[in-house]
Amino acid sequence: MGDWMTVTDRGLSSESKTISQYTSEIKMSPSSLYSQQVLCSSIPLSKNVHSFFSAFCTEDNIEQSISYLDQELTTFGFPSLYEESKGKETKRELNIVAVLNCMNELLVLQRKNLLAQENVETQNLKLGSDMDHLQSCYSKLKEQLETSRREMIGLQERDRQLQCKNRSLHQLLKNEKDEVQKLQNIIASRATQYNHDMKRKEREYNKLKERLHQLVMNKKDKKIAMDILNYVGRADGKRGSWRTGKTEARNEDEMYKILLNDYEYRQKQILMENAELKKVLQQMKKEMISLLSPQKKKPRERVDDSTGTVISDVEEDAGELSRESMWDLSCETVREQLTNSIRKQWRILKSHVEKLDNQVSKVHLEGFNDEDVISRQDHEQETEKLELEIQQCKEMIKTQQQLLQQLATACDDDTTSLLRDCYLLEEKERLKEEWSLFKEQKKNFERERRSFTEAAIRLGLERKAFEEERASWLKQQFLNMTTFDHQNSENVKLFSAFSGSSDWDNLIVHSRQPQKKPHSVSNGSPVCMSKLTKSLPASPSTSDFCQTRSCVSEHSSINVLNITPEEIKPNQVGGECTNQKWSVASRPGSQEGCYSGCSLTYTNSHVEKDDLP
Amino acid sequence: MNFSEVFKLSSLLCKFSPDGKYLASCVQYRLVVRDVNTLQILQLYTCLDQIQHIEWSADSLFILCAMYKRGLVQVWSLEQPEWHCKIDEGSAGLVASCWSPDGRHILNTTEFHLRITVWSLCTKSVSYIKYPKACLQGITFTRDGRYMALAERRDCKDYVSIFVCSDWQLLRHFDTDTQDLTGIEWAPNGCVLAVWDTCLEYKILLYSLDGRLLSAYSAYEWSLGIKSVAWSPSSQFLAVGSYDGKVRILNHVTWKMITEFGHPATINNPKIVVYKEAEKSPQLGLGCLSFPPPGAGASPLLSSESKYEIASVPVSLQTLKPVTDRANPKIGIGMLAFSPDSYFLATRNDNIPNAVWVWDIQKLRLFAVLEQLSPVRTFQWDPQQPRLAICTGGSRLYLWSPAGCMSVQVPGEGDFAVLSLCWHLSGDSMALLSKDHVCLCFLETEAAVSTACRQLGGHT
Repeated sequence: MGDWMTVTDRGLSSESKTISQYTSEIKMSPSSLYSQQVLCSSIPLSKNVHSFFSAFCTEDNIEQSISYLDQELTTFGFPSLYEESKGKETKRELNIVAVLNCMNELLVLQRKNLLAQENVETQNLKLGSDMDHLQSCYSKLKEQLETSRREMIGLQERDRQLQCKNRSLHQLLKNEKDEVQKLQNIIASRATQYNHDMKRKEREYNKLKERLHQLVMNKKDKKIAMDILNYVGRADGKRGSWRTGKTEARNEDEMYKILLNDYEYRQKQILMENAELKKVLQQMKKEMISLLSPQKKKPRERVDDSTGTVISDVEEDAGELSRESMWDLSCETVREQLTNSIRKQWRILKSHVEKLDNQVSKVHLEGFNDEDVISRQDHEQETEKLELEIQQCKEMIKTQQQLLQQLATACDDDTTSLLRDCYLLEEKERLKEEWSLFKEQKKNFERERRSFTEAAIRLGLERKAFEEERASWLKQQFLNMTTFDHQNSENVKLFSAFSGSSDWDNLIVHSRQPQKKPHSVSNGSPVCMSKLTKSLPASPSTSDFCQTRSCVSEHSSINVLNITPEEIKPNQVGGECTNQKWSVASRPGSQEGCYSGCSLTYTNSHVEKDDLP
Repeated sequence: MNFSEVFKLSSLLCKFSPDGKYLASCVQYRLVVRDVNTLQILQLYTCLDQIQHIEWSADSLFILCAMYKRGLVQVWSLEQPEWHCKIDEGSAGLVASCWSPDGRHILNTTEFHLRITVWSLCTKSVSYIKYPKACLQGITFTRDGRYMALAERRDCKDYVSIFVCSDWQLLRHFDTDTQDLTGIEWAPNGCVLAVWDTCLEYKILLYSLDGRLLSAYSAYEWSLGIKSVAWSPSSQFLAVGSYDGKVRILNHVTWKMITEFGHPATINNPKIVVYKEAEKSPQLGLGCLSFPPPGAGASPLLSSESKYEIASVPVSLQTLKPVTDRANPKIGIGMLAFSPDSYFLATRNDNIPNAVWVWDIQKLRLFAVLEQLSPVRTFQWDPQQPRLAICTGGSRLYLWSPAGCMSVQVPGEGDFAVLSLCWHLSGDSMALLSKDHVCLCFLETEAAVSTACRQLGGHT
């Protein structure tokens, strides 16, 4: 634009004519680029032109040129360049303002024109490009049209050819058909001809044969003979029979017999097959009835009454005739009945199945219906519920597993004991009872012991008293018999040492007759005890006694027994005590208690032993 | 599996006696009868010329030897070696000779099928049956030997005559609705006779023993028709093999088709086991090569090994392009045989000659296909169990059973090309026939195995 402006300025500054020329030149230029080039080239030219056209207005012809311009401008509708003449004679003066206004207007006009020109040019360009595009489109389409036209022609040609071909093929087919027909005819005719010829030939052949036969057979050919050493018997041993009417009849009979047998055999087979098929049919029917009867309630409402009647019919039939006999009757009425009922049932079944199918299809169709949505919600709820349940179950399982694992880790001691407890529960119960008994016994023992100890204390007191008495007595004796020698005193000492034992011996002997060596018992040692047991006869009572003795000795009565040897005179009190003791020992309950105690330990050990492996 | 030594043989004439005790074989003009167990020669008969046909009588007491060229039949007795019988057909000529089921009559067909002469070994009587039809299978006896059906041709019409074999009395005579009857076959129960037309027309007719037409069946028209027919041993099915490469199974109640078995060249069903015989040359070690080559006897053993491989489906079988402008084109089901228990059917499609198809009749579907390296010559079912023996003219014997199949090299000097085989009635052994040798093959039976085990146990 800048260029433009300058150019126009220059043009304006020089002459309007040149401008018009320029503009015309520019207008002719098709594109801006081109116009610029043209302008560039025209600039030097304009200078020349300028110099050349400078003749338009010279010093001499200013007036004329002004008037010319005025005229020109007025013809173009511009105000006159001259001032309004006041007089006719007066020379018209150039109105500068008007000139300037004119110039300005011209310039504005020029600018407008240029703008318009520009617009027009761009439009022109646009249109030109559009035109080009359209032209190319046009050419392209033209080409396409051409090609499609050509194609169409080609296709038409092909179509024509194909039609021709088709026609020819049709013709050929027709010809072929004709040919086939002809050939068939020919074949047929040939066949007939062949047959005819054959017949003719055969006749001739037969004639010849006949002739030959006559010639050969009737000549009484000596050669035709059988040379046999001797005739052999028949395979069945029978003699050949003469051919008579009888044999003929027999043969017929036999033939029919064979045929009859065959037919009978086949009939039997068919009957068997029939029976099997009937069985199958019966079974099927039963199954059908059983299949249909549960929905009898429903279908009776839905399906027409025929269902019920059919079933009831069948049932009635079943009631009237026993099934077997009905099936065996293969007469037509029954068959009709049967087929009818089966057909009906089949129809019911079919309709039912169809209904089911319809329902299924309906369900499929109503996939997006409201009801289904609800059902789906239900479904979802249900599934949620189920999932929750599953979760719970899983947790349960987990905890159970954990517990199980814990148990598995701790099972080594606990479970075994538990198990053992389980196993020994019964025994434990029993043992508890025994334990209570034992406790009671123990209490008794305790009581006895207490009494015993009391007795012992008493004894001790008595003994003390006795000792004192003896001391006093000895003193008295000593005092009385001061003449006693030293030996005597020793004897006395000895006596004192063994006195208790001898006394006790006596006691034992008194209480138990069979004891031969009672003095040995006085030691209270287990060896002696064993000796005692050995020496004792193996009567159960004594053995019991021994055992009780051993038990008692172990537990409580040892000190009592230990005391006894030191006793000097246990006859009354000691006897009492021992008696008491024996009585306790001989009491069956206490014995048992002892035993049970032993047995308890034993069993315990036994159980432990059991557990070892 | 054990093999006996080979014996000489000519024109594949070797037959087990019906009681399974003897084995008759022919060497030129000599007939040799051996004991089946010891293979020792029991009798040796000398005929007048080269024997062309032998047949045991049903009671295994006689053997007939036919010398067609001379129009002679010689009969030998096993019980009385000195007994002899010679039947001369003279100028009438002889083209076929067979025993009647009672073993006391011989039916000789003269040249040009002028007549059938029934010679009796018991009496002097000779019967003639005129107008026998010259066809593939024109005479058939019922299993019980009571009746004989004979195809006849009179005045350009086919007839079937049913004779009572005991006195050769004509029981029934009826015309059949056939263009050119080709074969007749009794059902094993002897009550139904299948009659089929020439290969130019697909037509099979079923007649009752009393001559009533029970049913007629035709699968298609204007094409080559029936090629082979077989009754199932239970008389329940009739398998009809035709030139279109299909086997059609008819039932015995309605005589309608139950199913048809196609024999396509490609097998796509993965359920079907396709056993493919594969040959591989043994890898000779360096040690073997360094030694001088072994004798000729060992060479066939070393030449190649063959074994069955289970081919993975789809399998395409080798097909033969038939020459269509010649008579008897090699297409269609040429061989079919039911197993003795009627559970299986073995077939061969003649334009896939290397394959044997085994069909499960219980399920009415294809069970297995065996593809051999060379065309199958014969197959025969074990009379006791579903076990199929196949020979291809090579030196191997092939056995199939539902459990699987195997190929066995027949040992011996030189190549023993097994051209034919026949089972012993016990199913324990079979005779393998080559061009001029016969060899017995003993299969390991359970009893034999158990005895062997017992022996082993005794030793240990």
